[in-house]
Amino acid sequence: MNEAEMATNYWPLLGIALVVIGFALRFNPLMVVVGAAVVTGLLAGIDIIGVVEALGKAFNDNRYISVTWIILPVIGLLERHGLQQRARSVIESVRGATMGKLLVIYLGFRQITAALGMKDIGGHPQAVRPLVAPMAEAAAEKSHGELQPEDREKVLAMSAATDNVGLFFGEDIFFAIASILLIQGVFESYGYPLTPLELSVWAIPTAICAFLIHSWRINALDRSLGRRTP
Amino acid sequence: MITYEWLYWLAGAFFAFWSILSIGDKRIGNAAFWGLLAVSFFAGTHLGDLANGVLVLALVVIAGMGGLKRSDPETTSPEERSAFSEALGNRLFVPALIVPITAVAGTLLYNYTPLNGTGLFEERRETLILFGIGVVIALVAAMVWLRPPLLAPAQEGRRLLDSIGWAAILPQMLAALGAVFALAGVGEIIGGFAGDMIPEGSVFLTVVVFALGMALFTMIMGNAFAAFPVMAAAIGIPLLVEGYGGNPAVIGAVGMLAGFCGTLLTPMAANFNIVPAALLELKDQNAVIRQQIGTAVPLWVCNVLIIYTGAFLLWN
Repeated sequence: MNEAEMATNYWPLLGIALVVIGFALRFNPLMVVVGAAVVTGLLAGIDIIGVVEALGKAFNDNRYISVTWIILPVIGLLERHGLQQRARSVIESVRGATMGKLLVIYLGFRQITAALGMKDIGGHPQAVRPLVAPMAEAAAEKSHGELQPEDREKVLAMSAATDNVGLFFGEDIFFAIASILLIQGVFESYGYPLTPLELSVWAIPTAICAFLIHSWRINALDRSLGRRTP
Repeated sequence: MITYEWLYWLAGAFFAFWSILSIGDKRIGNAAFWGLLAVSFFAGTHLGDLANGVLVLALVVIAGMGGLKRSDPETTSPEERSAFSEALGNRLFVPALIVPITAVAGTLLYNYTPLNGTGLFEERRETLILFGIGVVIALVAAMVWLRPPLLAPAQEGRRLLDSIGWAAILPQMLAALGAVFALAGVGEIIGGFAGDMIPEGSVFLTVVVFALGMALFTMIMGNAFAAFPVMAAAIGIPLLVEGYGGNPAVIGAVGMLAGFCGTLLTPMAANFNIVPAALLELKDQNAVIRQQIGTAVPLWVCNVLIIYTGAFLLWN
């Protein structure tokens, strides 16, 4: 180890710890992030004016990430004219299916609409509670008779889980979404220019795996309910 | 040449509009917050670093003091919405589809036809600029088709934006944090000693540590976005990209998704995991997480394999 390496200043790492602790303690995330940035810069030996300038420049350079919100008037206008209700009708049209089939269809529907930029179609208050969960419960009872309380809980929880899995592993296929542009911004600041589409195509393999794994689990739950009822 | 600057003017106009409507609604905190963001979009290029930095601090102070409130602009009733949904049918999805189709088809058309030589768009910026164009087309199409009151799209957009609140600029702020980490040399510091801890040359093990870090930090913080600049600075960029020459697009994109597997496993991500359990009146508040474990764990393994295969085996 030479002299320069021995003199490495490890203090800037405290900024990372601050992010983790601040989020875990539920402080306002914007304050946590800016606080961590200021501390990291100061500990790296930059003066306070320099830190504020660095933060201002970095925020300004990454403005394109927040451009994505200009889609809200389009979505809002469609919601005003019944977009959520339309999504419900689509889901309701599979009435009569088994619980397994119903939830697998909902998973695919959620992944595809999220991948096309409609990530607010679905969701727990809008779709799961009023529609998907009761339909899944009814379908399970139709196949397997009345459910034990703990089995009923599993069916309802699986409905909510299906919404989450569908959203998380569909939305990143849409290129104009904050997570993709955040990845782009971070890599750009380290000197690796990427394009949103280059990144979002790499969400596709995981989306397929998520569909296969979660579909298998939904059907496994449906089968296990069948085994338990006399 | 069409550059990001054009897109920033468009976004600035939207946020300025939302700010003005917030004043009319007597929501001064919202008006100040969205107004400052409009200033950033319109003038950020010319303000200088210090003024931009002060603007960031002002945004954080407004958000930190709880200055942002939800809004409730006038809209249609659930009954009217059901009637519209019946009458308009699945055509309602079409305006929303205009946006991704314009952006993706436009990008392909631009890159694989002689248009590419024209230099119409700033380099590597065409997709997001086309997204902006797609939004404008979709908005005009929806207005012509549905004929709502003139202010309806702005008010409906404001409702959605105010329900997101300060979280709307969190990703941008996290990217800025990533840039400050880069400036402070965080990556080099960690790259120095993490390189000593992980067996020399074990690419696979380094991928595992990176993906595990994404999932664990996400579980602790409840937010994969926050974990990303941390793990990118710590392992993703110094070790996987620079040390082992991996494909940065795969490492970034799939690394984030490894973090999303962590989101499925943590009560810290309350909106996704705890709130639904309450909405469904489940006895066990972790019931949703329990159903997600069996999907999240194998999917995390898939992500490790996808990074290893896509970023290294296929790339080199």
